[in-house]
Amino acid sequence: MNITVARLTVRGLLGRRRGLLLLAVPALLLILSVVIRAAAGQDESTTVNILGTLALGTLVPLLGLIAGTGAIGPEIDDGSIIYLLAKPLPRWKIITTKLAVAIGCTVVFAAVPTYIAGVILFGNFENLALAYGVGALIAGVAYSSIFLLFGVITRHAVVVGLMYSLLWESIVGNFVSGAKTLSVQQWALSVARKIADPGVVSSSVHLPTAIPLLIVVTLGATAFAAVRLSRLTLASEE
Amino acid sequence: MSEATTPALPEPRADVIHDIGYRHYDGPRLGRSYATRSLFTLSLRGSFGLGRSVKSKILPMALLAVICLPALIIVAVSVYTKLSKYPETASYPHYLSIMQFVIAVFVAAQAPVALSRDLRFMTLPLYFSRPLTSRDYVQAKFGAMASAIFVLTGLPMLIMWIGSMLASMDFGYNLEHFAYGLVAAAFYSLLYAGIGLVISSVTPRRGFGVAAIIAVLLISEAIAGIIYAVLHVHGHASGAGWALVISPSSLVATTVDWLFGLSSRGDGPHVPSDLGGFVFLAEILVIAAASFWLLVRRYRKI
Repeated sequence: MNITVARLTVRGLLGRRRGLLLLAVPALLLILSVVIRAAAGQDESTTVNILGTLALGTLVPLLGLIAGTGAIGPEIDDGSIIYLLAKPLPRWKIITTKLAVAIGCTVVFAAVPTYIAGVILFGNFENLALAYGVGALIAGVAYSSIFLLFGVITRHAVVVGLMYSLLWESIVGNFVSGAKTLSVQQWALSVARKIADPGVVSSSVHLPTAIPLLIVVTLGATAFAAVRLSRLTLASEE
Repeated sequence: MSEATTPALPEPRADVIHDIGYRHYDGPRLGRSYATRSLFTLSLRGSFGLGRSVKSKILPMALLAVICLPALIIVAVSVYTKLSKYPETASYPHYLSIMQFVIAVFVAAQAPVALSRDLRFMTLPLYFSRPLTSRDYVQAKFGAMASAIFVLTGLPMLIMWIGSMLASMDFGYNLEHFAYGLVAAAFYSLLYAGIGLVISSVTPRRGFGVAAIIAVLLISEAIAGIIYAVLHVHGHASGAGWALVISPSSLVATTVDWLFGLSSRGDGPHVPSDLGGFVFLAEILVIAAASFWLLVRRYRKI
């Protein structure tokens, strides 16, 4: 961790009005939860639907995408990363700092709101809110590290990340169930399944498979990002 | 020049402007409409990466392949098994509504390419130093983006139509549904181009533009889906359709279904009533027109 790098990254991510715009995403989730709780009452299937498809299925990958690629992508894009790389600072430290900021972002803007939305919708029954909150946290960490890696590797990080979370996790996962074994969303769901009361949350991956995969992917992506950043070539705008 | 005609001067002045033989342009001036057309062609080609580096061709071409490949497979299977008609769930307009995420990703990826770069590299003052007005600029960019999406969505329709003739299916039926597919493609083009361009005209950063467009498209769809499901479960099935007004993709899909009386979607989302159909249709056109107007306003002052 390096405080200066962290501060610069936070400013890059949330500076100007970007923080406010990002805040609109969890605000939408919370408003929707309040409205639905008021209109439809306390309902398990609705809660699972909202937390599963909207929170864990859409908002967490999106925020992971924005935070993960946004932590490093724009700097590489406009070439200002060289001022950072020129400092006597190990490159892996830059990566870990930026990852920490990205993870912090997903926690504040996705995991905590998911938990609160769960409490609003369903109270603390069946550990449902906690399960999805922890699931969102874990998914946020994994997504951040994967998308940070994409940000270092390619200029089209956002689109590549989208193709992963849309095409692979949703579309391919719906037709080929084996694809779900390699889906961050399913790994997070398997953790959520363990925390919630039995039979409430369903996941197509078993916990003993999910945990090692989560750890390997998160650490591997971070390490690979550090390696790639240590011999980064700056390309001009296409 | 002046020395020769004014003999009153005592000695030749030092501060003359010498005519060093540059020639004026006396040829035809091609004017505003030509400039607009050029910008349109440039932007349309640019949104598929034509005339740019190989790297910027990869993404749009890959998306074009992703949206065309299933159509080719459907055609191949239909020809091989001698089907008399495409499966209802994947015929012309429904095919597009299944593949709508490809359209969303294409818009998110390419709308910022059309606008953000001009903002970031300050090329706009150069454009506007020519006869081109801001309205022409917006016309060219909007037209190019909408045409690019129309190419993306129209191509699989064309493949399926040609395939239907290869499989010697009923010509009239397929021509009719091909036309429905093209109408759906036109709606997607107008709506998505409008949304994408308005968002990307605000940010000079390509990355943020991409993320913002996809966030708007995905979140609106997810929220509409949830409200629809909640209303449906709690017995407001007739009113549930109104939830779709906030989701661009279901808006187009349900409006086209209503417009042409296609009901093969069965129990899936549909317009709430005939009034709802008119409202949905109006919404698509209003959003397209409003985004054009917003863009013109945005570029009036840069």
